[in-house]
Amino acid sequence: MTDFTEGIQCDYLDTMNTVWESPPTLLDTQMHYCPGCGHSVVHRLIMEIVQEFGIQDKTIGVAPVGCAVLAYNYMDIDMQQAAHGRATAVATGIKRVLPDRIVFTYQGDGDLAAIGTGETIHTINRGENIVMVFINNGIYGMTGGQMAPTTLEGSVTSTTLDGRNTSLHGFPIKIADMIALMPGAYYVTRQSVTTAKAVRKTKKALQKAFTNQIESKGGVSFVEVVSNCPAGWKMTPLESNEWIDETIIKHYPLGDIKVPEKG
Amino acid sequence: MKVLMKGNEALAEAAIRAGIKGYFGYPITPQSELLEYMSTHLKDRGGVFIQAESEIAAINMVYGAAGCGVRVMTSTSSPGFSLMQEGISFLACAELPCLLVNVVRGGPGLGTIQPSQSDYFQTVKGGGHGDYNIIVLAPNSVQEMADHVYLGMDLADIYRIPVTILADGALGQMMEPVEFPEYDVESHKVDHSAWATRGRVNGKRHVITSLYLEPEIMEKINQQLQKKYREIEAKEIRFESIQTKDADIIIVAYGLVSRIAHKTVELARADGIKVGLLRPITLFPFPYRQFSDISKNTDFILTVEMNSGQMVEDVKLAINGEIPVEFYGRMGGMIPQPEEILEVIKEKQNQLSSRKKV
Repeated sequence: MTDFTEGIQCDYLDTMNTVWESPPTLLDTQMHYCPGCGHSVVHRLIMEIVQEFGIQDKTIGVAPVGCAVLAYNYMDIDMQQAAHGRATAVATGIKRVLPDRIVFTYQGDGDLAAIGTGETIHTINRGENIVMVFINNGIYGMTGGQMAPTTLEGSVTSTTLDGRNTSLHGFPIKIADMIALMPGAYYVTRQSVTTAKAVRKTKKALQKAFTNQIESKGGVSFVEVVSNCPAGWKMTPLESNEWIDETIIKHYPLGDIKVPEKG
Repeated sequence: MKVLMKGNEALAEAAIRAGIKGYFGYPITPQSELLEYMSTHLKDRGGVFIQAESEIAAINMVYGAAGCGVRVMTSTSSPGFSLMQEGISFLACAELPCLLVNVVRGGPGLGTIQPSQSDYFQTVKGGGHGDYNIIVLAPNSVQEMADHVYLGMDLADIYRIPVTILADGALGQMMEPVEFPEYDVESHKVDHSAWATRGRVNGKRHVITSLYLEPEIMEKINQQLQKKYREIEAKEIRFESIQTKDADIIIVAYGLVSRIAHKTVELARADGIKVGLLRPITLFPFPYRQFSDISKNTDFILTVEMNSGQMVEDVKLAINGEIPVEFYGRMGGMIPQPEEILEVIKEKQNQLSSRKKV
């Protein structure tokens, strides 16, 4: 086989500045996520923060059941994989016996807002000093595209072939707005990762959430990310992101829902 | 020094002395005293107490804390234990040490708050999904409730396995003198730093999971678990044998019923009937092999339980058809009396001798 790199002069590489690199906290491995999926972006953001904050050796993450079940294969930190819906109960157990560690959960909408709603509400009600990351993509991706609690009215999924009918299936649940009412929620925000600008905003929100925990502000810091599922939605990645920006955020408006009072 | 205590309180006090760092529980009769005792005493003695929103949350808090390599515990009663089964399956696969207590009440359904042994199958055979076992200890006194906490914590740590103390409403509620033995937590500590998630100990990340998508790997994990269970069966069987050597009839009973059956042995012998008692203390591992010591000339075995006949299946497996195995049980929270069991023995004797005549 011909080696096409033979004889190519690469001296210019020595003079270049690094403008982009993967955070060393993100393991150098191929992810199982579908092309264009938002999960990998959010994984990376969390690992950037773990790197920047220097908390790699004191952070413990909790993976859910769902598409992100294998999150522990990508993050170079200690992690536990929780039963479906129970991530925040598991995180409670960790944080209560190791209160000086940084603990976060990472869950999808089925995990956090359907089967685990009880744990979600009560973890927030106890005001656990943890970060909860919530990926809202309106679908059960891992099991083949069924209706999620967050699926918009009229949306076609494999269990709502005629579109989500609210009289039959109930309404898309706005869990972040619900929990913002609770005294145990310290910081609640809804972001997206559809554009470079949105990604930067989400990173800022996550930074704020982890800072709250490090500074023991008292209460849950909750970051919802309205994300996509190109495979489940049967769209290209670009179409799926446009769908979020044009349609989904009308039901799930972006921005801070609850911010701590200054002073 | 002996103190007078309820079984539930003795469990709690022993667990605090055994150095638990976390207790996560939910109220349910007849074990709530344990939860209450923990809420009062644990925080001042080095641990954290949380009243969870459900038994499902409680068992998953146990999972999280046990994954950090510290001693943790939960307790419940039958319907609550049903809710914990998924979590126990996860704990068993992830090999997390923890102590569970099931103070059994009569079922099925919401049932009764009176004592029962109707959770034998669920507790001993693994009520959750998948191939797994947990160690099950069956105390029969308030003293043993305390002793089994220390034993259970140690076994959990050594084998990285959930250990359940299987009691019942009577053992939980009754008061007896109990002495807490000297127990040095430090010298019993097992080093979990090789696997626990405490934040990249020694710069190496640890993952606690029970997910292995490749069947080849999942089978290997199963084989490792089974190997561990075989080792436990070889090393950790505990049982008690009372006057079985010369016995014509042997009662097999565990927990509270073994106390009652002990009285039956005395009553029967006063009546000239040679009755003995074999009492499994570990229900997993079940003392199958110990049954081979029973004389083949024994007239029959009578298994007595506060259920419709659950442990008797293991007794039959152990006896393997060599001696007749009879069963007597009370259900729904009813407790058999010593005289009642003696009557059953006499009845079975008559039935067997008339059968022999024919």
